[in-house]
Amino acid sequence: MEPTRQDQRTRRRPLGPTFVVGAALVGLVVLFALISFVWTPYDPTRVDPTVRLVGPGAEHWLGTDKFGRDVFSQLLVGARTTLFVGFIAVGVAAVIGTPLGILAAMTRWRVLSELVMRGNDLLLAFPALLLAIMFGAVFGASTLTAMIAIGIATVPSFARLARSGTLQVMATEYITAARVAGRSTLAIAWRHVLPNIGAVVIVQASVSFAIAVLAEAALSYLGFGTVPPTPSWGRMLQESQQFIFDKPLLLLWPALAIAVAVLGFNLLGDGLRDLLDPRLEERR
Amino acid sequence: MSNSIRQLARRALILIASAAAASVLVFGFMSVLPGDPAEIALGVNATPDAVASLRAEFGTDRPLYVQYFDWADGLLRWDFGKSYVSETAVGPQIADRLAVTAWLVGAAILVALLIAIPLGTLSALRHRRFTGLVVSGLSQLGIAVPAFVMGIALIFVFAIKLGLVPSGGWTPPTEPGKFLSQLVLPALSLGLIQGAMLTRYVRSAILEVLREDYMRTARAKGASSMRTLFRHGLRNASIPVVTVLGLHMTTLLIGSVVIERVFVIPGLGSLLLDAVANRDLLVVQGVVMLLVIAALTINFVVDVLYVVLDPRLRGS
Repeated sequence: MEPTRQDQRTRRRPLGPTFVVGAALVGLVVLFALISFVWTPYDPTRVDPTVRLVGPGAEHWLGTDKFGRDVFSQLLVGARTTLFVGFIAVGVAAVIGTPLGILAAMTRWRVLSELVMRGNDLLLAFPALLLAIMFGAVFGASTLTAMIAIGIATVPSFARLARSGTLQVMATEYITAARVAGRSTLAIAWRHVLPNIGAVVIVQASVSFAIAVLAEAALSYLGFGTVPPTPSWGRMLQESQQFIFDKPLLLLWPALAIAVAVLGFNLLGDGLRDLLDPRLEERR
Repeated sequence: MSNSIRQLARRALILIASAAAASVLVFGFMSVLPGDPAEIALGVNATPDAVASLRAEFGTDRPLYVQYFDWADGLLRWDFGKSYVSETAVGPQIADRLAVTAWLVGAAILVALLIAIPLGTLSALRHRRFTGLVVSGLSQLGIAVPAFVMGIALIFVFAIKLGLVPSGGWTPPTEPGKFLSQLVLPALSLGLIQGAMLTRYVRSAILEVLREDYMRTARAKGASSMRTLFRHGLRNASIPVVTVLGLHMTTLLIGSVVIERVFVIPGLGSLLLDAVANRDLLVVQGVVMLLVIAALTINFVVDVLYVVLDPRLRGS
């Protein structure tokens, strides 16, 4: 039997280690981004030929890159770029995908439902990177094209999830009750379906965020994401790759930052799933 | 039986319809590209007459829908048109580069499977024990590293510090020694990450299977634990794993675009990125279309395999 809301409240599970580590890593990235708004050691875009490729030290904590820009400052502002791209991309995907999935599950017209899901499958054949490269080719590469491309490419995962979640909710008795009580379809979708699939959508959002961070890094590395001078972890890697022999540390910091962000959102997603989805408990 | 044939036919129809829809999308999208290929080819000082005659030569003076059908018709015969920039046929270029990418992706899949099947099985059998936790943790870490970052790290350790293999480049397989030495790092960069991801799916698929009644029955009738695992466990666990592997093949194909850049490999991805940089419209359009059709076909094959592997799905 499905646990009722009351059960869930009284039997609150402790926060798992996955959730705690994930939240801490995500918190670190958010902290970096917040700090960057009020303080960075140097202007991250300031080019200074007199201090090119300086090693880590008291002046520049993590050293400087080939243009003499402070690496730590770039890392801080890069966190902002990463989170911004992730938020917009996941937001676009959730706001388009979730209603489409609910629509496909609730509509009485089978053709409409079929059309939505086939369109969804078609979109699956356009991965984020490919879409972003196409967008870049037509509109010119920018943070905006990268965000939108990643967002559109992520729509199918939300639509599928929302559809299967909605189908489950629609089979319950309280939906029948609501129907009998004369509630409109829209009201049922808003009052009953959305709150019930909210948890899985949030979990998906965290996992998708990790994928979006990866995609942004890869795109910026290829030159199809964030354009100079805005600092981006992916582009820091690309700009420093030529120094892999002499200054490997220049590559280590942005690589570490990307890994921390991705790991954080992945673990946070897993942790949230454990917290929010009681059905999975026995599988662990 | 007729039921499963009808099902396959339905899926094949969906594949064809999706490919057609995708071609319209790709063509339509690329035709939004600002700038007339003829004007771009001739530069700013071209006379209107010269532009008009080149336009006629390219065929870009025809209505869009005529151009579309001409292009789509060519696609069916591996004719991607003639590049407006290099004025050479696009098809053979794509074929050459595709061969390179196919080696890379094939090797990466091999690496991923060699990692995921033993490690996933081990971590399922050692579920809730130290080994299991270590494998799960490592796979979680592996997922967090982008393939191109892994590539850079591998270059640093194996090419620069240890000097075991070259840091990049490509040699055709006619020189096996050099070919393999250059293939190993890019294949590992893609394969290790995919392997880490796949390990989790293998693990949960086997955990699922281990609880099944038929596993207990097989043990009860006297089959050894190894035989039970291989004959019954892995076979049944393969169903979800095949699905995920199929979906990941698309990821690998797209991931190779980035990896080819890291290791300076002349594959499909490099062709695509160079074509975007040179504004070589037909090449971009051709490569994108090919990758999309590959993704659609992979999904179709996964669907079919699903039905083949799981007899229960044939009825529905």
